[in-house]
Amino acid sequence: MSRRSAAITINGALLAIALITLCPLLWMVSVSFMRPGEASSFPPPFLPAQATLANYRELFAQTGMGRHFANSLFLATSATALSLLFNVSAGYAFAKLAFAGRDRVFRVLLGALIIPGQVAMIPLFLMLKQIGLVNTYAGVLIPTMANVFGIFLVRQYAMSIPDELLEAARVDGAGEVRVFRSIVLPALGPILVTLAIFTFLGSWNDFLWPLIVLGDDKLQTLPVALAGLSREHVQDSELMMAGSVVTLLPVLALFLVLQRYYIQGLLAGSVKG
Amino acid sequence: MRGGAGRAGWLFASPALVVIAVFFFLPVLAALVLSVTDFDLYALADIGNLRFVGARNYLRLFETPLFWKALGNTLLFVVLGVPLSIAMSLGTALLLNAGVTRLKGIFRTALFAPVVTTLVAVAVIWKYLLHTRYGLINYALGWFGIDPVDWLGDPNWAMPAIVLFAVWKNYGYNMVIFLAALQNIPPDLYEAARVDGASAVQQFRFVTLSALAPTLSLVGILTMAGYFQLFAEPYVMTQGGPLQSTTSVLYFMYEEGFKWWNLGSASAVAFVLFLIMFAVTLLQFYVARRWSRA
Repeated sequence: MSRRSAAITINGALLAIALITLCPLLWMVSVSFMRPGEASSFPPPFLPAQATLANYRELFAQTGMGRHFANSLFLATSATALSLLFNVSAGYAFAKLAFAGRDRVFRVLLGALIIPGQVAMIPLFLMLKQIGLVNTYAGVLIPTMANVFGIFLVRQYAMSIPDELLEAARVDGAGEVRVFRSIVLPALGPILVTLAIFTFLGSWNDFLWPLIVLGDDKLQTLPVALAGLSREHVQDSELMMAGSVVTLLPVLALFLVLQRYYIQGLLAGSVKG
Repeated sequence: MRGGAGRAGWLFASPALVVIAVFFFLPVLAALVLSVTDFDLYALADIGNLRFVGARNYLRLFETPLFWKALGNTLLFVVLGVPLSIAMSLGTALLLNAGVTRLKGIFRTALFAPVVTTLVAVAVIWKYLLHTRYGLINYALGWFGIDPVDWLGDPNWAMPAIVLFAVWKNYGYNMVIFLAALQNIPPDLYEAARVDGASAVQQFRFVTLSALAPTLSLVGILTMAGYFQLFAEPYVMTQGGPLQSTTSVLYFMYEEGFKWWNLGSASAVAFVLFLIMFAVTLLQFYVARRWSRA
């Protein structure tokens, strides 16, 4: 095969795969602007005959999507702040501060990665019920505050901070907190963005745990509300697609802007084996 | 190291460690205890009703046909989905890595986009794409003269349909990992193989695949662990049906625990799933080691 025909074949194949991959998302956007019932015809229309915002209006006026959007936004933002608060200092400690039993504790943490989170869910639910946190935002957030992946991510990155830098600050009389704030945190900049976007997306997209904890409709997150809505409104594909657009837009936008950091975290996480 | 740094280390690490100990390790141990009790709605109301039942939850589970069905469905999902997903990831990574490929960044972003989407939202989209009469998928199949398939209504097709959806959603993740591994293969290796007269296929087999072997085995283990945790797809798309053909182990656990409130028995389900995943992971490590020695 000549180089030219190889180029055409390979680029053509990629273009076809990219179109097929994006097709469901493009179709969603198009249908969300169709009039009710329009998508349920044969052959399936690709574009709305007359674009309308009716589905979005109904979504926010009738189904309380605005409320669920605010819930998801609040929970994902809080989860991100908490994750930064807990995981960053721990990741730094495991990388740079020698303390008794450090390596053994870290091995136990890594070993725990093999246990699927669902094993802990039922007792966790009972614990939260005991302390009155079922059906609260706090109940959703508590188990996401600290996690092994976050600690691991920060640790890998913090290892590259030169010891001399920290030692010099200590010799100058800086305490450990001061060293952390004025030297470590600025040096960790990029990985903080990575951890933040991972936590935000993870929280926004999470389904099973909020489904279990949040029984009250008013507190529910977008995915839980959307799943419930799709069971009630099976026939209303146009309305449901508007709901999907509202759910997906923030995460896709965030990913497009911070893609580099996301991929970096993904690759760091995959070499842990 | 000075005592100051040692104390600081514990101070910096302990908030996260306490959270993980209290809200992960403790519940995992509690799940083990719970799985040998008859914790149910009565115990939920009054803990005095709780009784130790030994292995009875596990034994009863093994006599429950729906549990075996859920296990079989989950295995089918893993056996169909994991190889398909990895093949798709590897294939697209190779295309992206080819020297003649243009617009690599844009293609990578497009193929990766489904990975960051919210599972529930895209499952809702696919439910309509898979619609028997108005769905795009049957419409496209019609171009090739294939009759409409009742994807989510036919017990034989519901799981394959969910596999297709899951592969679409996930393949970009491993694609990025493969792409990074491919870019790390030194070009000299290909040069040397060409000098030795290796064909393109031989170069792929002896240079590309052998360089990717560690990545392949890691990706296999991680992907399998993910696929065993099938839940939201059937929850949104089929509610475990038709004829329970898409009820997964986790779906079964969810219903047992949070629909019927048999929390003792549901904990036993969680442990059985964990043990199966653990065994399969060990098996994969073993196979990978044999393979790399051979």
